[in-house]
Amino acid sequence: MSAAPQPQPAATTRPDPYAPKGLALTLESTGAILLALIWVLPLAYAVWAAIHPAEYTTRFVLSAPLTLDNFTRAWAAAPFARYFLNTFILVTMILAFQLVLGTLAAYALARQDFWGRDLAFALILAQLMIMPDALIVENYRTLARVNLIDTIPAIALPYIASAFGIFLLRQTFKTVPRELDDAARVEGASPLQVLMKVYVPLARPTYIAYGLVSVSYHWNNFLWPLLVTNSVESRPLTVGLQVFSSSDQGIDWAVICAATLMTSAPLLVGFLLFQRQFVQSFMRAGIK
Amino acid sequence: MDRREFIGGGAALAGSLALAQPALAQSAELSFFYPVAVGGPITKLIDAYAAGFEKENPGIKVKPIYAGTYQETIVKALTAHKSGTPPVLSVLLSTDMFTLIDEEAIVPFDPFIKTEADKKWLSGFFPGFMENSQTGGKDSDKKTWGIPFQRSTVVLYWNKELFKEAGLDPEKPPTSWAQQLEFAQKLTKRDAAGNTSQWGIQIPSSGFPYWLFQGLTTQAGAILANPAGDKTDFANPGVVEALQYWVDLAQKYKVHPPGIVEWGTTPRDFFEKKVAMMWTTTGNLTNVRANAKFPFGVAVLPAGKKPGSPTGGGNFYLSKKASPAEQEAAFKFVRWITTPERAAQWSADTGYVAVTPAAYETEAMKKYVADFPQALVARDQLPTAVAELSTHENQRVTKALNDGLQAALTGTKQPAQAMTDAQAEAERILKAYR
Amino acid sequence: MSNRATATIHGWLLLLPAMACLALFTHWPALASFVDSFMSTPRARRPARFVGLDNYQQMLADPIFWKAMANNLWFATGTIPCSIALALLMAVWVNDRIAGRTLVRMAYFTPTILPMIAVANIWLFFFTPQYGLLEQIVAAFGGRSTNWLGSQDTALYAVTIVAIWKEAGFFMIFYLAALQAIPPSLGEAAAIEGASRWTFFRRVQFPLLMPTTLFVLINAVINAFRMIDHIFVMTRGGPDNATTLLLFYIYQVGFSFWDTAYAAALTCVLLLLLALVAFVQYGWLERRTHYQ
Repeated sequence: MSAAPQPQPAATTRPDPYAPKGLALTLESTGAILLALIWVLPLAYAVWAAIHPAEYTTRFVLSAPLTLDNFTRAWAAAPFARYFLNTFILVTMILAFQLVLGTLAAYALARQDFWGRDLAFALILAQLMIMPDALIVENYRTLARVNLIDTIPAIALPYIASAFGIFLLRQTFKTVPRELDDAARVEGASPLQVLMKVYVPLARPTYIAYGLVSVSYHWNNFLWPLLVTNSVESRPLTVGLQVFSSSDQGIDWAVICAATLMTSAPLLVGFLLFQRQFVQSFMRAGIK
Repeated sequence: MDRREFIGGGAALAGSLALAQPALAQSAELSFFYPVAVGGPITKLIDAYAAGFEKENPGIKVKPIYAGTYQETIVKALTAHKSGTPPVLSVLLSTDMFTLIDEEAIVPFDPFIKTEADKKWLSGFFPGFMENSQTGGKDSDKKTWGIPFQRSTVVLYWNKELFKEAGLDPEKPPTSWAQQLEFAQKLTKRDAAGNTSQWGIQIPSSGFPYWLFQGLTTQAGAILANPAGDKTDFANPGVVEALQYWVDLAQKYKVHPPGIVEWGTTPRDFFEKKVAMMWTTTGNLTNVRANAKFPFGVAVLPAGKKPGSPTGGGNFYLSKKASPAEQEAAFKFVRWITTPERAAQWSADTGYVAVTPAAYETEAMKKYVADFPQALVARDQLPTAVAELSTHENQRVTKALNDGLQAALTGTKQPAQAMTDAQAEAERILKAYR
Repeated sequence: MSNRATATIHGWLLLLPAMACLALFTHWPALASFVDSFMSTPRARRPARFVGLDNYQQMLADPIFWKAMANNLWFATGTIPCSIALALLMAVWVNDRIAGRTLVRMAYFTPTILPMIAVANIWLFFFTPQYGLLEQIVAAFGGRSTNWLGSQDTALYAVTIVAIWKEAGFFMIFYLAALQAIPPSLGEAAAIEGASRWTFFRRVQFPLLMPTTLFVLINAVINAFRMIDHIFVMTRGGPDNATTLLLFYIYQVGFSFWDTAYAAALTCVLLLLLALVAFVQYGWLERRTHYQ
């Protein structure tokens, strides 16, 4: 988690003397691919079960007929469009608040010298360990008291101030050269303008990397939304999937897999398209 | 809810706090918690009933909320009760009655029973279903807290094809414990390496094994809890005997899969012909009918000392926090939806047991069972059916029993020990309620 | 007004929104759990009252609590080292120019994207006896049939494996970024010195990855107490509590038994455990790494 200025990646142009060659490379590739096959197995199975009739969910024969039936059945069986919308609103809402709150707090912690700063930082770091999931019982009571149960803000609220985000941004802001800050101030910029014009643009990789972590976390978060939502209007995809797959009548893997693929498609495609950029953002952000 | 999520910017927090008050039910709006996954055939049926009722009763709007499994629905209904705006009407497990009474979440239906027709309606349900819908033995202090609706019972499904292969009469299911074991032995197939490719019988034991187990205990002549719901009898010799029988099927005779059998995969095991007989809910009738690629039969559970099976499923409950007008409207809806014709149609569409004998006399039902005689089995079993285990702090007490059952089935405790431990735990929990 | 005072006002104003949220949803509930753990659970006719250490005494006598603790410790000892070691291995592999690097990297990362609650159903199929995927593979090699999730000996392993699968790819990204940021000149220098690849990894790369390892470690520890989504689908804590983890038990006590006071006491134990881990880790971190 150090945030020292990052050396730019130059490895691509210079030969790495430790790059495996010949047999070593073959062995390594084989190992890596074998592990990859195990890792991708659940996804591969999901694809198999989703595109074949239900009789073939447990029989892997190449002659099995293809079908898109499971997708239409899954789509018709639950209001997934609504769940998509809810999840989309939820992750956007959480990320937006996390970034705004995190940026303000991180700026104060990184560049303002004031009374009580260290205490504040310690109080914030406490959340790294005391994660919201551990506090479900009390947080539920709080939200019930203000009548927010079964709303999207209720799912978001415990997460919108993120110690992890504040910490990362603070570390990044600390690496911004003081001179840039001073120069902007000499030109008459207010502290907030300095923040927006100098710090935020320089922290872009951190924002992207953090955004990826936050979105994939909240897209897939389950326990807390399960507790605070009751209705289709507020239920995110994960809870919708659970409600849909737990039935008295046993498990229908074909439909569940189709639903799983539909609901994860946006993230899967997004990662497929931007994976190189993501890794680079992580690298530049110094989340390492 | 629709606009609320879109508020952005700094005001969102304050804004959503102010706007998020769930719309208080109007005197004419009837919110209604229903325990089923969203979508699927059952939600469509309920939606249709709601629409039909609204048409006949223009002042009342019915708003079903599909809340997931029973477990999830009770969680949601109780949290809603505690936070102030519960649904007016909920379908929850009949076994949750004591919990709901203890939390003062529900009111009895009795004040709404005014006319002779009302009384006749109330006495029209199968007595087996009313057992865990009422409290108080004598007529004077008898109270009706729940109205049976989505009810089920445990039955035996068998694969006729596999019966034929094993040299058994495909039309004759086992009728006694001994016969059940004997058939299961014939139906179990092992390969040369000792692996079993087909099991004789399967009784699922994940999640809520106590329910299926109650079939065995009833057949062994034991009753798991008293009607007041404050005393259990898990260590009764009959209960231990029942558990011993179940454990022996797996461990001694090896005709039942070892360890814990997953409820969710049991129908699939049956379709895959990995098991020749299975115990599961009548709620699975429609599912099995649609997915079994072979002729199958449905039978009452085999008898031990006597025949028997637990009832299960859900009752209608009225929220205490609803206004009298809302409660009145809810009562009207409950009466409307449990008329014989609708109960019959509901049963035919879902496979759940129709809740009144009168429903079985309707044209719709007669037509349905003529086409699908297996549907009558549940009704035939009802005279010997007992109330599902229900006590105060029901979830905790049944967990004690479930844990004991799973311990015995996985071989970590002897049946007698497991049941003694479960009884001790239940005793500790229930002492405060006597 | 002095400069220092203005800075203090500015500083706290900037901190205010975040601090308010943290106070409301982290600090306050943590304190409230502590207070509630000394009270009785309010019931319809009996409001909460002070009961001293009753809830903690109940906890000490509660075999399920001890089981959940033991399970959680095993779960942690299984998931933390395995997922970190695998993440490092994966990162080293996809950092090299192996065949199909992009696809392999994608494969490692898929678990992060798929919701656990959905994948758990797929893993349930893998572990199903008779026709489950694992069973089909084992049977092809002539192995014996196992009821992975239905036996107390194997159920906890099964849910641990799923957790490792879920985590490793996520941690890999952090290691990968860190590996790529190591200046190539270090490798060249080491090669001139004649260091073997293993020596280079052990003496140069691994120490340079130390901050990443610590970061990943903190995450892995938190996850070990947080990941219970798959328990809901695969076992619901069974057989006989063999897979009940602490947070899952808190959920059961709090939201299915409605014993909020006891749930609060359990929450306090969980918080204490996390605080202890944090304490040890930060102590270690202070000594072991250069930390800005």
